[in-house]
Amino acid sequence: MKKLILILILAAVSPSSLAAEATEPLDPVYTNLGNKASLQRGAKLFVNYCLSCHSAAYMRYNRMGRDLGISQGNIDEHMMFAADKPGALMTVSMPEVKAKQWFGTAPPDLSLITRVRKPEWVYSYLRRFYFDAESPHGWNNSLFENVAMPHVLYELQGVQRLTGHDEHGYPRFEMQAPGTMTPEEYDEAMQDLTNFLVYLGEPAKLERYKIGTIVMLFLAGLLVLSYFLKKEYWRDIHYS
Amino acid sequence: MSKFLEWVDRRFPLTKTWNEHLAEYYAPKNFNFWYYFGSLAMLVLVIQIVTGIFLTMHYNPDAETAFASVEYIMRDVPWGWLIRYLHAIGGSAFFVVVYLHMFRGLLYGSHREPRELVWLLGCVIFVVLMAESFMGYLLPWGNMSFWGAQVIISLFGAIPFVGEGLAEWVRGDFVVSDATLKRFFAFHVAAVPLILAGLVYLHIVALHRVGSNNPDGIEIKKNKDADGVPKDGIPFHPYYSVKDLVGVVVFLIIYLAIVFFLPEFFGLFLEKDNFLPADPLQTPADIVPLWYFTPYYSILRATTESLMWFVRGLIVLSVVVAFVRTSKPTAKGIAALVGAGFFIGAFIFTPKFWGVVLMGFSIVALFLLPWLDQSPVRSIRYRGWMYKTALAVFVFSFVILGYMGMHNPDHVSLFIFKNVVWAQICTITYALFFILMPLYSVWDRTKPEPERVNFK
Ligand code: HEC
Ligand code: HEM
Repeated sequence: MKKLILILILAAVSPSSLAAEATEPLDPVYTNLGNKASLQRGAKLFVNYCLSCHSAAYMRYNRMGRDLGISQGNIDEHMMFAADKPGALMTVSMPEVKAKQWFGTAPPDLSLITRVRKPEWVYSYLRRFYFDAESPHGWNNSLFENVAMPHVLYELQGVQRLTGHDEHGYPRFEMQAPGTMTPEEYDEAMQDLTNFLVYLGEPAKLERYKIGTIVMLFLAGLLVLSYFLKKEYWRDIHYS
Repeated sequence: MSKFLEWVDRRFPLTKTWNEHLAEYYAPKNFNFWYYFGSLAMLVLVIQIVTGIFLTMHYNPDAETAFASVEYIMRDVPWGWLIRYLHAIGGSAFFVVVYLHMFRGLLYGSHREPRELVWLLGCVIFVVLMAESFMGYLLPWGNMSFWGAQVIISLFGAIPFVGEGLAEWVRGDFVVSDATLKRFFAFHVAAVPLILAGLVYLHIVALHRVGSNNPDGIEIKKNKDADGVPKDGIPFHPYYSVKDLVGVVVFLIIYLAIVFFLPEFFGLFLEKDNFLPADPLQTPADIVPLWYFTPYYSILRATTESLMWFVRGLIVLSVVVAFVRTSKPTAKGIAALVGAGFFIGAFIFTPKFWGVVLMGFSIVALFLLPWLDQSPVRSIRYRGWMYKTALAVFVFSFVILGYMGMHNPDHVSLFIFKNVVWAQICTITYALFFILMPLYSVWDRTKPEPERVNFK
C-alpha cells in the first residue's frame, strides 16, 4: 500500500514542458529576493533599458519603490519617465501599432515573463545576443532565433559573434568590440536584472516564504498538541 | 445554557441531530489512513467556498479585464495572493483528496450493498466537481484556460448531428469568448457550489442511514451489545473528531507547504502558459488540461483508428461476460441487443466520436461498480490474488494514462513504446478492470472474514 502511494506521488511530480523550442541548454542563474541591492540595480537596468519598449503593466511604481527600498524622490526623478502619478502602473508609452510597424511584433509585457519562462531562460536570453549582418536590425539571439528585439544592452556587453556550439549544445561567442562592462560585470548585471524580473513576476514572493515558515512552525506545534489529544482520548479503546 | 438548549430543542431538533450524526453515531473503531479523506474533502470544500467568496469580490468576469483582475488580486489586494493560491491549489488538493477517498472504496468494498447510494451520490459529486473545476479554470483567462476550454468544448462537436449546435450552445458563441466566460463564472460561483453542497449533504445522510464500512469490510451492526450499540463501534464524537483533527493538521501542513513554498508545483498546479493572457491567435505548444483530467484526456487521444478493433473486441467481451453471469433470458436479450448496437456503431462512427464515448464510459463505469463487483467479501484483506492484481493493474493504468495525458502523444517517452501506444494499452486495461470484474471477483479465492474488526 505504501508503495502505491509512492508511485502515485512520483507520477504526479513530472513537470509538463512549455515550448518545444528549448533547443539550447540554459545557463544556471542564482536569484535571491533577499538581496535588496541586487534588486535595486536590476530595477534601474529595467527602467532604463527595457521599459521604453516593454511594459510591466500589472506593477505599480510606488509598490516597487516600497518593496525595494527606493525613495519616492528617486523614482520620480530617475524612473517615472512615462507616468505622473506615484501609484501609476508601469505601462509603456509606445503605441502597440507603432511597435508592430517597427519590430514586426509588439514587445510583450514583461510582468510575468519569469513565470511564463524560467528565470534561467531569461538570463540566458539576455547573454546570447550576437551581431548578425543578415538580420534587419543587425542582431540575433542564439536562444531565440531571428528575434525581433535588438540587443539594447550592447553598449554594456559589447558586440559578440556566434562561432558555433560546443559538444553540449552551448553557444560559443567571440567578442569583437568590448563593451563598458567586463564579461563578469555583465553577467552580474544580468543576474540582477533577472532577479528583479523574478520579483516583478510575483512581488508577494518577498513575504511568502517568511509567512510560510511561521505558519509551518505553528502547524508543527498544533500537530503535537492534536496528536496527544487524540492519544489521550483513545486510551480507552482496545481490540479484543 | 441547558434552558436555552431546551428552548431550541422544542423548536428545532438540535440535540437530536447532534447525537444522531456525531455523539451517538457509532463508527467502526478500526478506521485507518484511508478514512481521513472524507472529512478532509469537506474541509477543502469549505476552504474553496470561503476563498472563492473573497476572490469574487475583486475578480472581473470580463474577457477584457479578467486576466488583469487576477494580477490585481495577486499584487494590490491585501492578502490577495494568499487567497488566490489557497483557492487555485485547493482545486488540485480537492482532487488529490477525492481520488484517495474513492480509492478507499475500491480497497474495502465501500460501494457494496448496502452503501450503493452513498457510492452513487459520491460518483455524482465527482462528476459535478469536474464540471466545477473545469469552469473555474477558464476564469483567470490565461492562454491555457482559453485553449483548454476551446478543446474540451469542441469535443461536443464530435457527437453526430447535434454536436456542433450543442457546442455552440454551451459556449454561447462560435468560439470561447466573453459570453462563455460570463456563463462559466455564474455556474462556477453560484450554481455548481450550491449543487455540490446539497449533494454532500445527501451523501452524508445516506451514509449515516446505513453506517460506515471499515477496513475489514464487515458489518459492525451484526454484533451489538445489550443497549443496541455495535460492539466494535465508538461514538464519532469525540473519538473520530479528535482523530480527524490530527488528519486535518497533517493535511494543512502539506497543503500550506505547497501554497507558501511551491505554489506552481512544477507547473502542475499552475501551468506556465496560464501566465500569458488568453490569445485566440496563439496556440500553446502543447494543450494540456490540469493533471487531474489527464487520464481521461489520454483515453480521448488514444482512441484512433488502430484502437477501434480493440474497442469492438471489448464490446463483444462485455456481452460474453453478461451472458456468463446472467441466467435470465430477458437480461441476455437486452445485453445482446445493446451489444449489437454498440458493435455496429463501432463501424459507423468515427474514432473521434468514440474517443468521447470511451472518455465518458471511463467515468460511467464507476457508477456501475456496486453491481460489477460480485465478490462474497468486501475488503481487499480477504480477497484473493485476482482482485489484488486487477486493482494494481487498474492503478497502474490510471497513473500511466495521467502521465501520458500531460505529454505530447507522439513523443517517444517511456521505454519502447510511443506515448500514444502506452495510452492505448492502458485504455484497454482500464476497461478490462471493469468489464472482467463480474468474473474475477467471483472466481477469486477469498479468505474467511473475521467476526470482529482488527486494526492493522
Ligand atoms: C527596442 C525595443 C526593445 C527594448 C528596449 C527591449 N526589448 Fe525585449 N523585446 C522587444 C521585442 C520587439 C521583442 C519580441 C521578440 C520576438 O517575439 O521576436 C522582445 C522580446 C523580449 C523577450 C522575450 C519574450 C518572449 O517570451 O517571447 C524578453 C525576455 C525581453 N524582450 C526582455 C527584455 C529586457 C530584459 C529588456 C531590457 C534590457 C528588453 N527586452 C528591452 C523589444 C525590446
Ligand atoms: C465533495 C466531495 C466529497 C465529500 C465532502 C465526501 C464526504 C464524505 C464523508 C465525510 C464520508 C465519511 C467519512 C469517510 O468514510 O471517509 C464519506 C464516505 C464515503 N464516500 Fe464520500 N465524499 C465526497 C466524494 C465522494 C466520491 C467522489 C465518492 C465515490 C465516487 C465517495 C464515496 C464515499 C463512500 C463509498 C463512503 C463510505 C465509505 C465507507 O463507509 O467505507 N465520496 N464521504
